[in-house]
Amino acid sequence: MIELKREELLISQLAELLVNDKHIAVGAASPIPGAAALLAKEEAKIQNNRLRVTILHSNKYNNFTDGARELFDCAAQGRIDTFFLGGVQIDGQANINLVGTGSYEKIQKRFPGSFGSALMYFVVPQIILFREEHSPRTLVDKVDFISAPGFSDENIYRPGGPKFLLTNRALFQFNKQKKRFCLLKIHKNESVENIIKLTGFEFDVDDKITNMSIPDKTRIDILRNKISYMVSEFYPEFADRIWGV
Amino acid sequence: MKQFDELSLLEIVDEVKDGDLIGIPADYSGVPMVFTKELIKKGVKDLKLYCLPLTTIQGDMLIGSGCVSEIEAAAVTLGEFGLAPRFSEAVEEGHILIKDSTCPALHAQLQATEKSVPFMPLRGVIGSDIQKYRNDWQVIENPMKSSGNKNEPILLLPAVQLDVLIFHAPCVDKNGNIQIGRRRELATLAHASKKVFVTTEQILDIDFFDDELSAATCLPALYIDGISVVENGAWPCALPGVYAADNDEIKKYSIAAKTQKGFEDYMKKFLFN
Repeated sequence: MIELKREELLISQLAELLVNDKHIAVGAASPIPGAAALLAKEEAKIQNNRLRVTILHSNKYNNFTDGARELFDCAAQGRIDTFFLGGVQIDGQANINLVGTGSYEKIQKRFPGSFGSALMYFVVPQIILFREEHSPRTLVDKVDFISAPGFSDENIYRPGGPKFLLTNRALFQFNKQKKRFCLLKIHKNESVENIIKLTGFEFDVDDKITNMSIPDKTRIDILRNKISYMVSEFYPEFADRIWGV
Repeated sequence: MKQFDELSLLEIVDEVKDGDLIGIPADYSGVPMVFTKELIKKGVKDLKLYCLPLTTIQGDMLIGSGCVSEIEAAAVTLGEFGLAPRFSEAVEEGHILIKDSTCPALHAQLQATEKSVPFMPLRGVIGSDIQKYRNDWQVIENPMKSSGNKNEPILLLPAVQLDVLIFHAPCVDKNGNIQIGRRRELATLAHASKKVFVTTEQILDIDFFDDELSAATCLPALYIDGISVVENGAWPCALPGVYAADNDEIKKYSIAAKTQKGFEDYMKKFLFN
């Protein structure tokens, strides 16, 4: 059996959520989502399907020519199917916080800021929340600051929103009606009990819960022989650390 | 007659006054780092940084050097090298005012000024704490009968005009037109700024308007108040299409700047070597 890095498993897991997309965009500080989007594109090519990928921090894998605002205009026009967002904290109602911990006026620990989340979360149909660290300090009952809300009132324009949350231990699906996450898949070394212990919010557990799927040899070959070099163009540190390229 | 003013770097530095609202380009659009060094040496005070939409080492150095009283941004970060340490500490200690925003809002506020209209609407954002803490933003009900949804609340953002903008460009033609390539946000920044100065790697003896391709990727000289040739002017940041970021140097900074003392030691060498 091929030995897999955890990052490779996450890339593979994310790629499976992208099979129905026509255009995926990837924002700041996102090597794993970036690799997943390029993997999905390569696999679509083999199936003779066209999938566009826009990686903001790449000059080569980038479809935009109208400056940094084009991502937001393009997303608002409904031309982006999937985007990834992270969070210092993510809560059980899918609110995300990229600003800091403690009260806003007297912040304890300041993080970079909200980036484009406050628009992208509203307009991109499939937002995948991705945060590697799965702990009670990242997955909380209630975020300290709402960079972007998980849901909105009916009268607010909101074609988009959260669909999935992936951590290095588990994959959740967000139920918009119940405003609640449901645990779908866990890492093979995990138990549901441990996930409950490490998650700061309550969630449902799917009847058909499974382990995260292991990529087959064909996928691993594409990832290691092709995607790794593509990723090194825009995330050299990451590509070097994971694949030594 | 020469169609533009070629200035020395120090003449550009002198155009930035204490208290100015200054445009700050993102790390991918040509950060004027050599200019920033001179600005810090001059000891400018109370700058208000307007980041489109984020800043990295440039903003962090200006904050750590005590040049900044206020910053409006969607993010301040050292990217792969982690948090921007002088920014984070300054916000935690309450030394600077942060006007938290989101990328499209920062673009839209300048776009309002580009069009000379008093505000710009934007979707999304409503219900976030970003909106809650921005007293200068307003939500109204969509007044249009013919477009959008009835009873839809919509966010209005005020037009923002910058006092001054400085960025670094790969090259300039003989008439002072600036090559910006696909970094069109530099045009947005320039259109919305009272004064615009550019540092550049080189001035070429050609006219960008002689060729459709180069004409389409330049910022016309009519928006520019002065140009200075500064080789390697974005180092250690990248200059897209010309040179990559010096990641070793940025990493070195990210480690040194974790404490104010470490930052000051780093800056002594950075400014004067």
